[in-house]
Amino acid sequence: MSNFMQVLIDGLLSGLLYALVSAGLSMIWGVMDVINFAHGEFLMVAMYICYWLGFILKIDPLFTWVASGIFLFILGAVTYRWIVKGSLGKAAMAPLLATFGLSMLLKNFCMNRFSPNFRLLSGTLLDGKTFEFCGAIISLPQFVTGIFSLIVVAALYWLVKKTRLGWAIQATAMDKEAAELMGIDTEKIFLLVFGLGGACVGVAGGLMTTYLAVHPEVGGLFSLIAFVVVALGGFGSIPGAFAAAILIGLVESFTGFYVAAVLKYVAVFAIYLVVILVRPKGLFGW
Amino acid sequence: MAALLEVRDIHCSYDHVPVIHGVSLEVNSGEIVAILGANGAGKSTTMRTIAGLMHPTEGSVVFDGKDITKMPASSSIKQGLSYVPEGRRLFAKLTVRENLELGAFTNADKNSVQERLEEMFELFPILKDRAGQTAETMSGGEQQMCAIARGLMSRPKLIMLDELSLGLQPSLVEKVFETVAEIRKRGVTILLVEQMVQEALEIADRGYVLQTGRVVYSGTAKELLDSEEVRKAYMGM
Repeated sequence: MSNFMQVLIDGLLSGLLYALVSAGLSMIWGVMDVINFAHGEFLMVAMYICYWLGFILKIDPLFTWVASGIFLFILGAVTYRWIVKGSLGKAAMAPLLATFGLSMLLKNFCMNRFSPNFRLLSGTLLDGKTFEFCGAIISLPQFVTGIFSLIVVAALYWLVKKTRLGWAIQATAMDKEAAELMGIDTEKIFLLVFGLGGACVGVAGGLMTTYLAVHPEVGGLFSLIAFVVVALGGFGSIPGAFAAAILIGLVESFTGFYVAAVLKYVAVFAIYLVVILVRPKGLFGW
Repeated sequence: MAALLEVRDIHCSYDHVPVIHGVSLEVNSGEIVAILGANGAGKSTTMRTIAGLMHPTEGSVVFDGKDITKMPASSSIKQGLSYVPEGRRLFAKLTVRENLELGAFTNADKNSVQERLEEMFELFPILKDRAGQTAETMSGGEQQMCAIARGLMSRPKLIMLDELSLGLQPSLVEKVFETVAEIRKRGVTILLVEQMVQEALEIADRGYVLQTGRVVYSGTAKELLDSEEVRKAYMGM
């Protein structure tokens, strides 16, 4: 029983993190029909920011996620303004390839500057702390990251669903021209959406440095999972992405424990394949 | 007195293919003016150009004494120029209330938005019952009401209504036109685009007939209704 609890809680916590990592990708796709291929590298940049702030200035990632969140908001907005905007309305692949180029640039820049070494902050406030719950041992940094993810995703959902700005974002997604007729500056909405997408992954990356090592390739697996989550949840749906993220977290952890650790991603991507074949719009898409 | 809206000799093209070859028209404050013509005559293009969704290659658009030729659509609504596009273009997944509130997006004052909502619910009682429903779940007629109400939420000086009758059953068409007359009574100037020539001219003061991107006839509604050519060409009489 305690094994089951342990696996369940581990899965849920991973799922919550995946939800935050995917939320921005989902939103950018939903509003602009653009896949940000540099999403994983945004995550890596956020992790490096908090790693270096922790290593050099000794500020704990428990606080510096604010800085990585803000920096990634700016990076997202700048990416839209200087890279994505010019590629919109051309060939369908143009924004994809442009952001792919950016991802290569960021990855290789970090490889060159920081070497391919894995870097893990030690002696942080939450380092190694655990607590027990229903017979499961829960790692505190992972737990805190999960809770923060839940809060940020809920806040994002609230923003989109319940505020005038959120309606304007949805309106822009549904019919850009009609949104402009309402007096909505859709250019600003795009900038904001890219910024918010960046900020979500910035917060996620910042918090992840409390228990995960950063290296130039760290974005790869996470962005792959984020693509699966977004496609599985239905492109553009935040609740869909959230549910899909939890599902992926659970599948990963249950397969990893009850079947074989090496097979956990096989299970994740197998589910993805089945859903895409049976229901291409995703579990919750419209 | 200068006209509220003055379109001077505009030329427009889509992808360098010219579709409007010098259209001029005027709308005075308080009038209902109709732009008439067959499919592809350039009626909607003229409207889209006035609204700022596209810009003319030549000519100018002056609204309320201000040159808005190059103004983007998101700014022209702030000048008091509202455009209800062809096909309604409601935000399908948003509720009626959210759609209406977005119509007043440029107005940040909550009380004033609430006041306008009440006004619209009074003008279109059906929308009050539907306020919490998503726009896509309404009938065509209700959606058209919602689109007009959304266009009025910014309290425009001039509202442009594009093909209101499109896809509506005849009994509803009449009702929509009655509503247009009612809106004018409330002090809003109206520019209509319509394929239903007879019905449009019955409520309009003046009209312009467009043919392949040019104004071929213009005059008072009565003159156009009486004109042999217009009756023959557009009313099948």
